[in-house]
Amino acid sequence: MISFIARNAVRKSITLFFVSVISFLIIYLAPGEPSQIDPLNPMFTKEVLERFRKEFHLDKPLHIQYLYFYRDLFTGKSVSWKDNRPVLGKIWERFLNSLPLFILGTLITWTLSFPVGIRAAISRGSFYDRSTTFLAYFLISIPGFFFAYILIILVVTQLHVPVIGMQTFGLSSANSWTLLMDRLWHLFLPSVLGAAGGVAILSRYVRNQMLEVESQDYVRTAKAKGLPSDQVHYKHALRNALLPFVTMFGLVLPGLIGGSVIIESIFSWPGMGRMAYEAILARDYPVILTVNFVSAILVLAGTFLSDLLYMVVDPRIRL
Amino acid sequence: MKDFEKTISTPGGGVLEAPKRSMFYMFWRLFRKNRTAVAGMLIFFVFFVVAIAGVLLTTGSEPILDPSLVRLQEKLRPPFSKPLYENLRPYEIPRMGIYILGTDELGRDVFARMLQGAWVSLTVGFVAVGISVIIGVILGGWAGYYGSNKIIAGHVLGIFLIVLGTVWLFTDQMVSGVVLFLIGIFLTGFVGKINQQSGKNYSGKGFLLFPVLSIDGLITGLIDIMLCFPSFFLILTVVALLPSSIYNIMIIIGLTSWMGAARFVRAEFLSLREMDFITASRALGVNDGRIIFLHMIPNAIAPVLVSATIGIATAILTEAGLSFLGFGVPPPYATWGNILSNGKNFLFDAPWLTFVPGIAILIVVLAFNLFGEGLRDALNPKLRERL
Repeated sequence: MISFIARNAVRKSITLFFVSVISFLIIYLAPGEPSQIDPLNPMFTKEVLERFRKEFHLDKPLHIQYLYFYRDLFTGKSVSWKDNRPVLGKIWERFLNSLPLFILGTLITWTLSFPVGIRAAISRGSFYDRSTTFLAYFLISIPGFFFAYILIILVVTQLHVPVIGMQTFGLSSANSWTLLMDRLWHLFLPSVLGAAGGVAILSRYVRNQMLEVESQDYVRTAKAKGLPSDQVHYKHALRNALLPFVTMFGLVLPGLIGGSVIIESIFSWPGMGRMAYEAILARDYPVILTVNFVSAILVLAGTFLSDLLYMVVDPRIRL
Repeated sequence: MKDFEKTISTPGGGVLEAPKRSMFYMFWRLFRKNRTAVAGMLIFFVFFVVAIAGVLLTTGSEPILDPSLVRLQEKLRPPFSKPLYENLRPYEIPRMGIYILGTDELGRDVFARMLQGAWVSLTVGFVAVGISVIIGVILGGWAGYYGSNKIIAGHVLGIFLIVLGTVWLFTDQMVSGVVLFLIGIFLTGFVGKINQQSGKNYSGKGFLLFPVLSIDGLITGLIDIMLCFPSFFLILTVVALLPSSIYNIMIIIGLTSWMGAARFVRAEFLSLREMDFITASRALGVNDGRIIFLHMIPNAIAPVLVSATIGIATAILTEAGLSFLGFGVPPPYATWGNILSNGKNFLFDAPWLTFVPGIAILIVVLAFNLFGEGLRDALNPKLRERL
């Protein structure tokens, strides 16, 4: 166990190192420079440019820049080139905005996928099974922003509720109940949209997993000895089918930071994804690299967590 | 060997023939039962025909349907409307005499633009997936077949020098970059040579032959590294930093999506390598290239084809998403993605500009996904046994 953790930690830190090098190289070797973002601006004289390059170490060789950047990141001194605010503080602020979206989306995904997938598997080949399968493919295949616009039209014209942004502008004087409902309505559409794809994929996965377990010998034995079908499905089959999903909790982690660039852009949601998008537009290298680095850490932590969970849940696995 | 006898004579004098069912027939018998998958396949072919027709109709010096002809006096006409002939100059009159799918905010014929976009979307999907499948098969096959070979320290050092030299070449240090690059190439070649003539005594150079890690470890490590990047964000970053061009988008989508194919091929190769028919061909003295290309790849390619079909759908969606954020295929090319993202500005005045490309993308991506799933089920040997 200890040796497993140690080996994993070494391997993952090597991976993380290469991720940091590669993302750094991708961004710094791309043509163009942040100092040239606005060449027509008369405020950008040659001296200002020089000072800018010196300030952000852009005049140093590449490997020195790399060391400078990660030293600043780990000491928390790294600042955004756009507004000079600390990168970590900026990310934390946006992260708090994205968090409700993420929590609600994940909740919808996990609570909806299991009943749908299990019922589809139990009544295999029925109308319910076929229609949910088709619906799942429909949700996977529809372009996210097209779907978003259809929903916006529906919600705005039928329900008359506000949808864009995090809250209605100028509502701060209203009582707390109105405020709460306002926040919830704004949260509703983006998280449903974020969950749609997740529900489609996860419910398919639940169905396949359940079908596989249902075809095992011990399920047939349970049926043959005359157990009530509810007991067979939910006690014998479902418990074993759940195994891989325990590990999937770990894989949810990276979703925390990725957010959805497209959905947050449509709804003007000031979250992580939108910040990353704005950073790309402004060539704000520290923010882009930090988002990349943090999400790589989350991916690695997520896989590590899922390995550990698997070990705890499944006694057959000894690593 | 060619005329292998497919008949057995029975004791009664009759002749028993081996069943003449080809692999394809077995596959097709399973596949056609899945009605949605067959529908997906039909749409897949229709899409091909439409895309090719689109190229023929919209290119050339005098295309039959001109997707870039601007008629400002005819802007935002709804679908199935007749052109107003009195406002049009002779060369502006549409050949069809009707705007089947309406016109956009510049009066361009949406039908012509959709036809042109079909071809662009198709090429983006196919080229991107082609790149990812090629990389995936090469790396996955390499890791699966030669995975246990060790990489020695000299190679690592040499390649490190080459990479460092290349990086320096692109920055200011031209001369030292070239020198490092050459030293790296020399070292790699030299080490490879003394590695082959092992057995002799190379005192002092032994550290160069020290095995560092296996090829399998290297490639799975590379896959792990690539999986750490948030894919859409990575694609967005690279596309935004590079000059916008349709080829960059294809290449970048391809370079960031090969990991699935590599994993499939590696896993298949690892299990195939231990099978009896491979051992038999090795015992017959068949060389590695023949084993890999004639015996192993045909057996390992099925899951790759399935994921490629679905990958094309994903690539089309990714292109649409990039277009929406303003980093898609640049004009003059029309793609379904950028028609859709232009249309969003006229969502209430001209809903057809959103719904026509949106529904087209939905249908095509759905068809690819259903076709891919059908392929997966039909190629699955577990299901085949049931028949």
